[in-house]
Amino acid sequence: MNWNWFHKFASPKWFYQISERILPGLCVVTFSLLFVGLIWGIGFAPADAKQGNSFRIIYLHVPSSFLALAGYFLMAIAGAIGLIWRIKLSFWVMKCAAPIGGILTLLALVTGGLWGKPTWGSFWVWDARATSMLILLFLYIGVYLLGRSFQNSDSGDKASAFLSIIGTVNIPIIYKSVDWWFTLHQPATINFTSAPSMHPDMFYPLLIMIIAFYFVYGLALTLSLRVEILSRERKTKWVRKLISQQ
Amino acid sequence: MNTNYQSNLFFSYMRRDLLIAFRRKSASLNPLIFFVMIVALMPLSLGSYESRLQQMAPGVIWIMALLSVLLSSESLFDEDYRDGSLEQMIITPNLLFMVVLGKITAHWLTKSLPIAIASPLMGLLLSISPESIFSLMIGLIIGTACFSLLGGVGAALTVATKDKSFLLALIIMPLYVPIIIFGSSMIYYRIDGMYWSYPLAALLSIFCMLTILSPLSISGIFRSSMVE
Repeated sequence: MNWNWFHKFASPKWFYQISERILPGLCVVTFSLLFVGLIWGIGFAPADAKQGNSFRIIYLHVPSSFLALAGYFLMAIAGAIGLIWRIKLSFWVMKCAAPIGGILTLLALVTGGLWGKPTWGSFWVWDARATSMLILLFLYIGVYLLGRSFQNSDSGDKASAFLSIIGTVNIPIIYKSVDWWFTLHQPATINFTSAPSMHPDMFYPLLIMIIAFYFVYGLALTLSLRVEILSRERKTKWVRKLISQQ
Repeated sequence: MNTNYQSNLFFSYMRRDLLIAFRRKSASLNPLIFFVMIVALMPLSLGSYESRLQQMAPGVIWIMALLSVLLSSESLFDEDYRDGSLEQMIITPNLLFMVVLGKITAHWLTKSLPIAIASPLMGLLLSISPESIFSLMIGLIIGTACFSLLGGVGAALTVATKDKSFLLALIIMPLYVPIIIFGSSMIYYRIDGMYWSYPLAALLSIFCMLTILSPLSISGIFRSSMVE
């Protein structure tokens, strides 16, 4: 099998050049999806029968929770690829994914709290999902800080790749244990596990928002990866040439 | 390499670390003294009402045991890293798994196990009923072993960083969540008169998993990131 494409894809220079070409298109798609999804969800979707208009925060809460989890697995997979095939670009993807994922987890927690206040009467409930999200935030913070506390940034990359892989092994265990702990203590006031079936008028804008958040994630990752490439490759010829041209 | 050689490797590194610990008695006693003192401070902040203490004590003892082990696990590889012997352990063709497991076992025996052994006494001070003390001690014996194993992972990840102790706590604390949950459930089950073998089984399975995975990942971390 011809592996040339693989190594080409792993070259920072190639990525920098190709991302420059797709960035305008990516921006247009991202912002139009966000625009359509938000306007539809906040302005036109019908109000919920029980919760009224307060349910509309779902259009931020669900997509950000989705991406917070998906982003962790992306980060761990990128770290594993970096460790196995020794690809530096993959390490940098992992490094850039940590703060983005952390911010999305924080957003999910904050919107969840804001949603919880009118619905259940409190900003925070120690239930399985909220608690696991909080622990996920701690894991993200750990990966972020560990990667930046090494003098040699290459060993920082490897250490945080290991931590993110260890975290991935742990996430299901943590989730199961917290879930069990929650059922043990039985507050039993809320039940979020059985999601009510949604009306299509509410569901389509949600779907659009989820897709839009995937694009937002991709855009944020691409932008920060480009900065990371420039700063890590600042001593190479092509970056110097690029800077002297501008 | 035959199995005999590998078990020799395990025991020789364990003996080496035990010897170091016995020669430096004050440093090895620190976690235990810290644990006893901080648990003794709890009634002063919670108030000495027996009913309140009884409710809080198991959780408090578990959290304090976690903190004491966390504080001591920083020193697991620190000195070997600074005087260069860690590098020698990595580059010799020995099975690093056994070396790491030996060092962690020595750490558990000297720094963590005394905490588990002292816990019945502290439990009595915090007015836990004598019948349920046994489940606290059994839980802490297994739990502190898990803490040491995971603490080793954290110590390996942070050994070359600048601000170790803070970072170690930050990255390891989320991984301690299942151990804390199952461990403290054991004694709460016992107090509530339920069958406490279920959380015990969960804790034991975590321990078995960690015994294999933690030395494996520690040697992976050392092999890939220490040797440049």
